[in-house]
Amino acid sequence: MDFISIFSIFVLACFVGYFVVWSVTPALHTPLMSVTNAISSVIIVGALIASAAAGSATSKWLGLAAVVMASINIFGGFAVTSRMLAMYKKKER
Amino acid sequence: MDVQAILSAATGHGAVNPWAAIAYLVAGILFILALRGLSSPATAQSGNRFGMIGMTIAVVTTLLTHMPKGADGVLDTISLAEILAAIGIGAVIGIVMARRIAMTAMPQLVAAFHSLVGLAAVAVAAAAYLNPQAFGIADAAGQIFTVSRVEMGLGIAIGAITFSGSVIAFLKLNGNMSGSPIMLPGRHVINLGTLAAIVGLTAYFTQDQSPWVFWTITGLSFAIGFLLIIPIGGADMPVVVSMLNSYSGWAAAAMGFTLGNTAMIITGALVGSSGAILSYIMCRAMNRSFISVIAGGFGGDDAAAAAGGAKEQRPWKPGSADDAAFLMSQAENVIIVPGYGMAVAQAQHALREMGDQLKKEGVNVKYAIHPVAGRMPGHMNVLLAEANVPYDEVFELEDINGEFAQADVAFVIGANDVTNPAAKTDKSSPIYGMPILDVANAKTVLFVKRSMGGVGYAGVDNDVFYMDQTMMLLGDAKKMADDIVKALSGTGH
Repeated sequence: MDFISIFSIFVLACFVGYFVVWSVTPALHTPLMSVTNAISSVIIVGALIASAAAGSATSKWLGLAAVVMASINIFGGFAVTSRMLAMYKKKER
Repeated sequence: MDVQAILSAATGHGAVNPWAAIAYLVAGILFILALRGLSSPATAQSGNRFGMIGMTIAVVTTLLTHMPKGADGVLDTISLAEILAAIGIGAVIGIVMARRIAMTAMPQLVAAFHSLVGLAAVAVAAAAYLNPQAFGIADAAGQIFTVSRVEMGLGIAIGAITFSGSVIAFLKLNGNMSGSPIMLPGRHVINLGTLAAIVGLTAYFTQDQSPWVFWTITGLSFAIGFLLIIPIGGADMPVVVSMLNSYSGWAAAAMGFTLGNTAMIITGALVGSSGAILSYIMCRAMNRSFISVIAGGFGGDDAAAAAGGAKEQRPWKPGSADDAAFLMSQAENVIIVPGYGMAVAQAQHALREMGDQLKKEGVNVKYAIHPVAGRMPGHMNVLLAEANVPYDEVFELEDINGEFAQADVAFVIGANDVTNPAAKTDKSSPIYGMPILDVANAKTVLFVKRSMGGVGYAGVDNDVFYMDQTMMLLGDAKKMADDIVKALSGTGH
């Protein structure tokens, strides 16, 4: 994709982010942070490419290290979000 | 010429499999739905699952399209095993951390996670720099495309700032480092100079892709992250954590530009705006401008004690747990105002028991949360949820502030600055302009506090202590709540 198409997606996604995040209830701002943490680790995509590529050993090991860090975040982030959300209960009537 | 070759020739961003591109787009949309789910606690869990599905799609797609292959084109099983092992190690560490962490320690955990995103972004950018052809961002001669150089420079700078900034935030939140601001002389000059150097070098990087340029940008960025966070005091940590959340998103977006990956770009934009909005909400809740937070220096752990030196002695009314129990059991409406001191004393479970006892006696109990009641956005809500307080009894400042006038009792526990009327009346007060919970409007105010001496972060006295309708309940928050529960169950209504 050329730079302009990618940039367009980026700008539109910023607007989507703006509206979606304002609609998040303040009571869930902590889970919002932990889940954004988990999804920002989609950077693992780059890490996987680096670790699978041949050509530079340093690059590969940097990639593998990044895979470990990103997956700590992914699994930890989703797990802690789920743990928190399970605590939110409605009043028993 | 096959389609792949045409595509890669046309794009300059390497061969993009159209199915893979669609899969990444779907992942990005699932991430949007993950945040959308958080608009209500009822839909939040399903939102979280959307997020997990999106991540699985992104990871599986990448694995399938970038299988490690040997020189002969055969699957390199050792490399594949290494990759899967790396994911496995991360999974175990992540899940163990998520299970063990205490809810009071959430801000530290989030800061630690931010630092990992930052460092992973640096590692990926460095890997892409060292092996650009694998990422499809260089020509046959190994010259990295100009656009990619800018994106890479941005990615590594934001990633490194996120990392070192988050490490400092973690150390401050975790108490390994004092919460007091550390003010270096001439720090504004140093910071601006470093930033200018990073921008300048990134511009130069487009002309010269020598290693020294790349690594100097990296080094300076680590340094600036550190320099930016050390002068920021403990009270401003909610803003800092949100701000670093935002940076971790922009780091992911920058890498998404490098790789031409829509999932990363959408996610980066979402996370970046999320963190920015949360920072804005936190700043507004403290009536602090973003610039003054960044400039630092506000609200150290012990700055308060120093500021409260010469205070006039005013009369105040002490009360006991029995008095409090009696007053509240006779009340119709009670609003509980918890602050971070309540969480520090681990009083949330005792507090919820007190609420339950009161409800049994027919009292209408509500909780009022100030946006900065905890150490990070929404923190107090999580702490109350953990203590089994139903979320529909918990209200945000703007939703409940009007109700204090009808409340018979406002029960303030572990909070101070967020109830201080000086924020409305005293222009000279450091907290002037901050929105507060109007506890002073309630018929009776019960104020649980450790002693009359200590004051909040801002170091200002609170007029509520000395009002006629206020009764000060001095003591440890947890013990006081326990004693009130005992007194309530003893009354036998």
